[in-house]
Amino acid sequence: MSKVSCVEPPALSPQGVSDRTRRWRRLRRIVTLPIAALALAGCTVPTFGASPGATTSSQSVYHLWQGFSIGAVIVGGFTLLLIFWAVIFYRRKSDNIPKQSQYHIPLEMTYTIIPVLIVLGLFAATLVVENKEVALPKSDVTINVNAFQWGWEFTYPGQNVVVTGQTTQDPEMIMPVNENVHINLTSSDVTHGFYVHAFNFSRYALPGILNQFTLRAVNTGTYNGQCTQLCGLYHSLMVFRVKVVSQSQYSAWLTGEANVAAAKAAKTATNQQTSSITPTKPAKSKGGY
Amino acid sequence: MTDVLDPPMILEPEGHDEHLEEHHGPTGILKWITTTDHKVIGLSYTVTAVIMMVIGGAFAEIIRAQLTTPNNTLVSLAQYNELFTMHGSVMIYLFVGPFAFGALANIIVPIQIGAPDMAFPRLNALSYWLYLTGSITMLSGFFVAGGAANFGWVAYAPLSNSINTPGSGADLWIGGLLLTGFSAIFTGVNLCATVFYLRAPGMTMFRMPIFTWNLLVTAILILLAFPVLTAGLIMLYCDRHFGTHIFSVAGGGVPVLWQHIFWFWGHPEVYILALPFFGMVTEIIAVFSRKPVFGYKGMVFATITIGALSLGVWAHHMFTTGVVLLPFFSIMSLLIAVPTGIKMFNWIGTMWRGEVWFSTAMLMAIGFLITFLVGGLTGIYLASPPLDFFTHDTYFVVAHFHSIVMALVMGAMGGLYYWGPKITGYMLNETYGKIQFWFLFIGTQVFTLPQYLLGLRGMPRRIAIYPLHPSWEFLNQVSTVGAVLVGISTVVFMANIVVSWKKTPAGDNPWDGHTLEWFTTSPPPHHNFYRLPQIRSERPTWDYNHPGHTAAEHGHSAPHRDETPVA
Repeated sequence: MSKVSCVEPPALSPQGVSDRTRRWRRLRRIVTLPIAALALAGCTVPTFGASPGATTSSQSVYHLWQGFSIGAVIVGGFTLLLIFWAVIFYRRKSDNIPKQSQYHIPLEMTYTIIPVLIVLGLFAATLVVENKEVALPKSDVTINVNAFQWGWEFTYPGQNVVVTGQTTQDPEMIMPVNENVHINLTSSDVTHGFYVHAFNFSRYALPGILNQFTLRAVNTGTYNGQCTQLCGLYHSLMVFRVKVVSQSQYSAWLTGEANVAAAKAAKTATNQQTSSITPTKPAKSKGGY
Repeated sequence: MTDVLDPPMILEPEGHDEHLEEHHGPTGILKWITTTDHKVIGLSYTVTAVIMMVIGGAFAEIIRAQLTTPNNTLVSLAQYNELFTMHGSVMIYLFVGPFAFGALANIIVPIQIGAPDMAFPRLNALSYWLYLTGSITMLSGFFVAGGAANFGWVAYAPLSNSINTPGSGADLWIGGLLLTGFSAIFTGVNLCATVFYLRAPGMTMFRMPIFTWNLLVTAILILLAFPVLTAGLIMLYCDRHFGTHIFSVAGGGVPVLWQHIFWFWGHPEVYILALPFFGMVTEIIAVFSRKPVFGYKGMVFATITIGALSLGVWAHHMFTTGVVLLPFFSIMSLLIAVPTGIKMFNWIGTMWRGEVWFSTAMLMAIGFLITFLVGGLTGIYLASPPLDFFTHDTYFVVAHFHSIVMALVMGAMGGLYYWGPKITGYMLNETYGKIQFWFLFIGTQVFTLPQYLLGLRGMPRRIAIYPLHPSWEFLNQVSTVGAVLVGISTVVFMANIVVSWKKTPAGDNPWDGHTLEWFTTSPPPHHNFYRLPQIRSERPTWDYNHPGHTAAEHGHSAPHRDETPVA
């Protein structure tokens, strides 16, 4: 991490949402600098196979990824160099017995202490991104996501809107851009994985446990999502899409869907008593951090 | 350090081996079934484990063939679930684990500490037979209605309950795993007792070879971790058949408890698998560099530290559950990189300024170093919760642990080439060995490296088809080519066994070895030794053969710098 230079101290943006992170504030200042520097130099730092993604969190995860990768390339490259050096230059040339050296305490201390420092640096950077990612700021929109074998149900509480889809008719989760979207994630049967590649994020949907997190998309678009935790026969087909739209489009869609749902409900109500189309909100559990 | 040639202790006059071998009764298959000789049991373990490797490898090849095109119909979705479940189960439970602590450990550890056998020879035999019956039990799932277990090798509840997985293949999986679990526990007891009580005079703890040290720590980890798995499996079985609700929400149970139990065993298990191979690689690198293990004591403490930390990191497999304390498990997991890094630098330090001889065993050890470096570094990413959220259950994780496990396979192969001559009395063919190495090494990189990229592009693990993502096809095909190369390396290995069968006698000490097993005959006699050298360091055989070249106390103050050629 610390290998990154060209630091601009004022590049720090205020981000403390939870006062839990207060005690890390000083630490954060130290470790955010390289991350901020990476963010500024975004186009020059290689992607290392990842992408910034479409949410605020996915971007910080991406920068963390770049930081870890720089460390990995330096440490791995150095170690590989040593291995190849030994392999090339110390290959057997004679039957001589080499010097039987066994201990070199200063050297051993060095390669104990430096990894400890690297690990602490990585941990500090991890904490900064993690605290931001798992924080639950005030949200504008709530979506209840329920996973089941083998599909997804997206409920917009209070809006009388439910989107359900299984295997091939992949359901679409519509969410507005630039708003904090609070997700309540549950499962009806087995463990599933809610994973959206463009969000650089996944979370298990566990039976009996309510998992909560916040997504804040910064780009509109349609993104593929898929169940990542083996859930039985049709696990391979348990896909969904996330469609991030502008706030006005979102409101329009919501109203339209609510009207359709109301009309449908009125139609079926004449024949039979239907249960409420909006599932009850799952009980709050102690899950979370 | 004195450079005195100590006379060896005479245990049995040489030439009495016929009397020792003969009066033990049955021969042939009856001898094999009734034996309590740790070497015969160890060889049975080795052969069985290698057969399991071939079976698990065959499953892998089918899996890779299925993934060559996005909509392949080579196997059905149901068959695919069975295949990857049994691939993982066979490889982890029936091949790498038993090979690590049952096969070469069983043969080599008693000899390295100058013991005549394991502490409890009959328990040792029981371990093997439990392992064999457990393996057969687990694999017999393929022959029952509904097929073998199909819930992944981790058997997450509630997918593994009787509603979601009703077939008896799942019960056979649980039963087989219970049997092999008991086998592992008994081996752990046996290794601990052997190391603590049967060391030869002079063999203090800090004169034990690193391989034996690593097996001791492995055995302790087995004793701490495996009973938890056994308990968990019994709970799972009770949930399936006796109406308990330990892992079911409907009855007030907690499904995620299974994950805690499983990974409390599962993460120490990673080091139960890895430490024995670390030990093998350490021995191989030291012998083929003609130097003592660099930082011997640091190596021992690193092993102990890895063992201790491994008990506190299980929840890094559960970061995405949302119900574990992220920072604690993150820092504990990251810290394991430190002792592992120490080992890496010690291995390099052992080669440094040595006379490195590229036998097949040494090539395998170097292949291990490089592959393990890749797997280790990518493991550091996964210790960071935000990066784990990003890559969890994608092919990135699959690639990460296959880098690790394939490194262990190279360690295993190195161990077979290194100790094979000692065990059988005959050398393995080096040319075939080197061909095998290059297929194995290149194949491993070709099959794992594209999987890292696939993971970063969003391919989840355990999917049989990917119709919406044709762009994943090419990298999957590359990965399959790599898997085929690895398969070819196994065929070359089999061919080598046939070609080398009783061809070139090995002699007692073909590699100029350091430790006690190279002091006795190849293969060793019934109770291992006719005579023992004086044990003054962790390299008694080397000290005996090269009296002027004991290890220097400190790198800066070596007592002698002469480089006398040896005849």
